[in-house]
Amino acid sequence: GFLIPYLIMLIAEGMPLLYLELAVGQRMRQGSIGAWKIISPYLCGVGVASVVVSFFLSMYYNVINAWAFWYLFHSFQDPLPWATCPLNSNRTGYEEECEKTSSTQYFWYRQTLNISPSLEASGSVQWEQALCLTLAWLVVYLCILRGTASTGKVVYVTASLPYCVLIIYLIRGLTLHGAVNGLVYMFTPKLEQLLNPKAWISAATQIFFSLGLGFGSLIAFASYNEPSNNCQRHAIIVSLINSTTSIFASIVTFSIYGFKATFNYESCINKVILLLLNAFDLEEGSLTADNLNEMKDYLMATYPQEYAQLAPQIKNCSLEAELDTAVQGTGLAFIVYSEAIKNMEVPQLYSVLYFFMLLMLGIGSMLGNTAAILTPLTDSRAIASRFPKEVISGVVCFVNCIIGLIFTMEAGNYWFDIFNDYAATLSLLLIVLVETIAVCYIYGIRRFEKDLYTMIGRKPNWYWKIMWAFVSPLLIISLFIFYITDYILTGTLQYQAWDATQGQLVTKDYPGYALAVIGLLVASSTMCIPLGALVTFVRKRLKRERVATVA
Amino acid sequence: MLRALLLILSVVAIAHAELCKPDAQNAFKVRISIKTALGDNAYAWDANEEYLFKAMVAFAMRRYSSKSTTQISNVLLCNVTDRVSFWFVVTDSSKNVTTVPGSEVEAAIRMNRNRINNAFLLSDKTLQFLKITSTLSPPVEPSTPVWLIVFGVVLCLIVAGIVFLIVSGIQKHKKKNKESTERENLEEKVEVTLENGIPCEALDLKAGHINGVFAADDDRFTSL
Repeated sequence: GFLIPYLIMLIAEGMPLLYLELAVGQRMRQGSIGAWKIISPYLCGVGVASVVVSFFLSMYYNVINAWAFWYLFHSFQDPLPWATCPLNSNRTGYEEECEKTSSTQYFWYRQTLNISPSLEASGSVQWEQALCLTLAWLVVYLCILRGTASTGKVVYVTASLPYCVLIIYLIRGLTLHGAVNGLVYMFTPKLEQLLNPKAWISAATQIFFSLGLGFGSLIAFASYNEPSNNCQRHAIIVSLINSTTSIFASIVTFSIYGFKATFNYESCINKVILLLLNAFDLEEGSLTADNLNEMKDYLMATYPQEYAQLAPQIKNCSLEAELDTAVQGTGLAFIVYSEAIKNMEVPQLYSVLYFFMLLMLGIGSMLGNTAAILTPLTDSRAIASRFPKEVISGVVCFVNCIIGLIFTMEAGNYWFDIFNDYAATLSLLLIVLVETIAVCYIYGIRRFEKDLYTMIGRKPNWYWKIMWAFVSPLLIISLFIFYITDYILTGTLQYQAWDATQGQLVTKDYPGYALAVIGLLVASSTMCIPLGALVTFVRKRLKRERVATVA
Repeated sequence: MLRALLLILSVVAIAHAELCKPDAQNAFKVRISIKTALGDNAYAWDANEEYLFKAMVAFAMRRYSSKSTTQISNVLLCNVTDRVSFWFVVTDSSKNVTTVPGSEVEAAIRMNRNRINNAFLLSDKTLQFLKITSTLSPPVEPSTPVWLIVFGVVLCLIVAGIVFLIVSGIQKHKKKNKESTERENLEEKVEVTLENGIPCEALDLKAGHINGVFAADDDRFTSL
């Protein structure tokens, strides 16, 4: 159902903007700050905003790699630690919190995160998570140590390994019982979902994130390309490969998801059958999944009192409800997959493969982010002449690691959600909008055409020009309007907190200082653009005055 | 005489019926799920199995209290349903028409749970004594958690890689510095003629290219 907005956003936004960024980087041959300065001195703020967004992203994104490491290291046990609940203190049953929810959720919320009941209760730093985070940063440092040239070789591995794992998972996933249900669910379009603007917003955000638009990393990477590199062909190829990979990965994901939903549905039905068998002392095997509904009606008619007593415990099992349980959020990615994996044969193998693939993908993203931060730093002569690039990368990794320890506290996951939801989304939209407008209207689309002609020997045809000049900016502006109206309509911002006593998520309001942090996150990156313009304007005025007084 | 016997038998039967009924004092409900446990190899629950059950409970009582007074006839079963579930009590033959306290029965069954389960090829989950909680076996935990071991291995590899890269980078840097200072020293000491930065001795003059335009035709030049 998600496919239609995704494909439309890809063609309307993804490809044109990718081509634009690659061309800008290749032409200007500098990182994001320098490149935008060349286009117009008033636009140095755009580059700075990109770097700030990349900095925020690198602060919190590596925590995902830390979690992936944690799960990977725990996959070498039999049985898997998230497959069964731990026993309570007097060994008469399972832990209370684990009984109320499932063992995979318990493992995620209690044993991995040790999450606190709300954002205010910060708790202490979890040393296990801190260790995994340090390891994740050491791995990133190892890859970026020698500069972008060596990073390029690492990316060969981090980009190709996930494909192998995905193919293995595709074969395994499609042969699982109940996988078809998930695939049918994925491919049936839901009209009410298409009319909801949130689906389109998330499709656009997904395209931006997966292609890496607006982070400055594309400009940074493209600046290392040969000037005669055919970036038009590359842009088309990259976006097509990216989308086919996304579709391929979602086929795998949905087949595994269908397996999990079917498994849960069947266990739910078995639980109801057992409950009825025990309550009414019926013979084993008399109640099956097929005759359950008729037998329920029969029992309700024959023993109305006892059935009424039992009624609150009898759940209405529905496959649709299982499939609809929200498929979003990083935590859910870990919970859903670990739940599906624990029910397969040889779960250790699949678990190791899956979390290794997740790690490769995460580290690949981190490399892009850190490249976006490091390229401007190494470009600026003030810093690069004094320190060798090993030291600069080391300092960046170290600072990010220390800041990242916030996310390993007990309330860390709530802060993580704040960063995940607000650090990048709005700022990226604004940055990309300013980029398109800058290239098309301030730099001039004819000048850009000429630059492309000198570089690749071909002028961009009318499709690209219309996309750059009209369609993409309009789409982004409409997305902006949707976002802001959505925020105004819902009023205050809320988050999902884990309630240990109930064993489920509850909605709570953000406290004042959290709202301040959110505001700061969004403001610090978006304000860079007008501030940069203002600073350049003031500097030019001062220079002019100085020249005037001298003359 | 016959009438007295009949009267006594009926009294005993009624007494037994009173002793063993659902929710009676010191009575326990048992639930057995043979088909779930054994699938195709499931046996049917009949009077012989009930006899075995009575024997196992009597055995458990004997082992627990280590006095050999409990007989199979002391164990009473009633209300057997299709599910297969029933209630049972253990009577005390020394005291007339009373039941053994529930706590004793519970302790006895707890002690011998494993033997009882194995006699019926069932487990704690499929042979349930509803009021008696079973002690679950704790999972096997190694002394050092496995994940720390794997973490340690990976950490050592990564740190070794970083140290190697840094050291080789420093060495390359030093070599470059040494080479450039050596070359400077060399150039200062010996006035070597340089051709595009390369000392002329390095150029192999014999292997140099001869420009064919100037060397081909000597007749073109006017002779002196």
